[in-house]
Amino acid sequence: MAESKEALKKFQSEVQAWMKENVPTEPDFLLPLSFLEVGTEQQLDFLRAWQYKLWDAGYLGMHWPTEYGGQGADMAYQGIVDRELQRFRAPIVFNTIGLGWVGPLLLDIGSETERSKYLKRILSAEDIWCQGFSEPDHGSDLGSVQTRAVRDGDEYVVNGSKIWTTLGNYADHMILLARTNTEVERRYDGLSFFLSPMKIPGVEAVPIRKVTGEYGFNQVFFTDARISAETLMVGEGKGWGVAMKTLEYERGVSAGQATGHWNVSVGIDEAIDDLRGIQRDGAPVFDDPAVRAEAVQLIMEAKALALGRTRMGIPALTSDYPMGLPLSSKYRGTEYSRRMKLFTAAMQGAESALYVGDENAHRGGFWQRAYFSNFGATIGGGTSEVQCNIIAEHVLGLPK
Amino acid sequence: MSSVLGSVSLKFSDEQSMLLDVARGFVNDKSPIDSVRAHLETDTGFDPEVWAEMVNLGWTGIALPEQVGGSGLGVGSVIPVVEAMGQGLLGTPLISTTLAGQLLMRTGEAEAEPFLARIAAGEAATVAFLDGGDWGGTNLGLCVDQGGALQGVKRMVTDAGCAAIFVIPCLQGDAVSLAVVESDELPADAIRDRTLIDLTKRASDVDFSGITPKVLLSGDKVATAIRDYLLLGALLTAAESTGTANRCLAVIVDYLKTRKQFGKLIGSYQALKHPSVDIYCGVENARSFIYHAATLLSDAPLDLDAESACRMAKIEATELMSFAGDRSVQFHGGIGFTWDCDSTLFIRRAQWSRQNFGDAAHHRKRLAVLLLD
Repeated sequence: MAESKEALKKFQSEVQAWMKENVPTEPDFLLPLSFLEVGTEQQLDFLRAWQYKLWDAGYLGMHWPTEYGGQGADMAYQGIVDRELQRFRAPIVFNTIGLGWVGPLLLDIGSETERSKYLKRILSAEDIWCQGFSEPDHGSDLGSVQTRAVRDGDEYVVNGSKIWTTLGNYADHMILLARTNTEVERRYDGLSFFLSPMKIPGVEAVPIRKVTGEYGFNQVFFTDARISAETLMVGEGKGWGVAMKTLEYERGVSAGQATGHWNVSVGIDEAIDDLRGIQRDGAPVFDDPAVRAEAVQLIMEAKALALGRTRMGIPALTSDYPMGLPLSSKYRGTEYSRRMKLFTAAMQGAESALYVGDENAHRGGFWQRAYFSNFGATIGGGTSEVQCNIIAEHVLGLPK
Repeated sequence: MSSVLGSVSLKFSDEQSMLLDVARGFVNDKSPIDSVRAHLETDTGFDPEVWAEMVNLGWTGIALPEQVGGSGLGVGSVIPVVEAMGQGLLGTPLISTTLAGQLLMRTGEAEAEPFLARIAAGEAATVAFLDGGDWGGTNLGLCVDQGGALQGVKRMVTDAGCAAIFVIPCLQGDAVSLAVVESDELPADAIRDRTLIDLTKRASDVDFSGITPKVLLSGDKVATAIRDYLLLGALLTAAESTGTANRCLAVIVDYLKTRKQFGKLIGSYQALKHPSVDIYCGVENARSFIYHAATLLSDAPLDLDAESACRMAKIEATELMSFAGDRSVQFHGGIGFTWDCDSTLFIRRAQWSRQNFGDAAHHRKRLAVLLLD
């Protein structure tokens, strides 16, 4: 369904008017820049209220069907909302695992019961979701999942531990990848995928303090936790396929996310603007030829990413490696972002040694924190090194 | 607030798409690696029959207006052809000729038109620009003396040996001018061939001293035309490098998929895999930049966005080519060190492309002014 330019234009001005009135001003505490960084009750309450407000106004999951809390609208509308959210530098819409991964997954392959039970409460932020894939000993290697789910009548009994569980301490539900069979030939065939409740006996989430000094991740321990067999998705032994499908939403290869506004993107413009006020060798930092060259290089990287996104839509210019641009976008984007943030933090002279909490820290230590935080992106969802393997094998066809 | 990224427009027309397909097919067919090697040590470095076919396909006139016999598609439509030529390491004077045509056309002078018509019809042409080794210098050391004769030597003039038309930036008094000289006006010993690092290329020093040019263009657009010639030269070099780097990547990947060491295909080692991925990402970025620049070009003087785009394309593509050529030799091991390995062609092409129309540092310095000041 192609929407008319006029209709979209009109909608955009409605959205802008709403945002002028309703985007909350910065509270007196630091808000997380991404959903990976929700570390305090104060932040949680604030973000929950904000997400509800956005949904209540009809601006969240607009392309999801109305019976599940959406608007049944064309995808283009949510795209407009998302762009305006970035432009207004609105707080993030934090329930990302629900909005971005579980929602589209249920819409694509979930049962009617699952959709009715979960989708609307994801949009309204009544239910918060987390993801239980990674385990302490296996990191990015999901095929090696050890957490056990053993069938016992109408229930499964779960034992084991998950790590790097974003929002785990606040979540109502987890998408859980667990091993239901240890006897299979291919280890992938022993995995099952559950929509598991979190607030039950035997489930404990322990927050993990990060390199930033803040919280956001958890280690989740399952000790004889009993979950209903109805929470099993698709079927026993089918978990690997469902997990891979989920990763497609996470990596942006498949669409359907209720919003893409899960982080406040820190762009190159902000970095360049911010550095203009800084002195080096008694002169503005951009008088230094070496700094200028490095800044130019980073601007080029940012521009190449933007151009790559446009080129993805031009088949005649992507035929050499058709899946290459989407499959490499996480690697290229997160690594660029890390370098850009480090550069900006490092250009602050002696003040680059000050951190969040120091009254003289440049912008409250914003760039130092952003640099540290960015490792969440270069490590989470498959490290850059694993991404390189994926690109090498799936784009270039190199052997495993 | 306007973004430091400037324009991020990227469009690809049906004509460009068709040219890319046709050119890739042509290059595949006419420039297999054996034929590239067969011309490494010949005088001109290319097969005249292949060049004649390129002329028949209308490629010397792609960017020239219809009134002189061109196709009026603009220089942005030459990019896919040059990228394809880079991919097949196909020589020929197409780049030199295109640039000479652009320089003449952009003066807007009526006297340039007969030359443009000859270029569109397939006569090879070139620009004699460098006074020495500095792409960033004024390169206006060659001047017109009191008697109206040229005095001076131009260096590293590409395809001088086969060009029928030479376009020569020079000074006439204080005025920046373009002299146009024909090959039959040159004395027999005027052209001295240089020994180049890239054996698919040809360049010579040309002594124009004593020649009285029949045509001397010095309108108010000449200085801008020279500036744009340098930017377009950087872009065409970038497009060619991008194609060559893409080919180089394919050759590396092919070797990594077939060569076994210590009982394993060497492509399974991450130490080789990951740099190959970085080459791949570079190819994607370079392709984005060259076609972004192509999107912003027209027959009008280049605006700031177009200037940025050409410079970025040159930086990205030739740094990529340097890295790809370098790694190609290394990844091929002992074979990579030999003349017969195609890595030789790649690493040599990389050194040519890097300096041609200014290296990365040259363009970064100028981009910094556009982006940061």
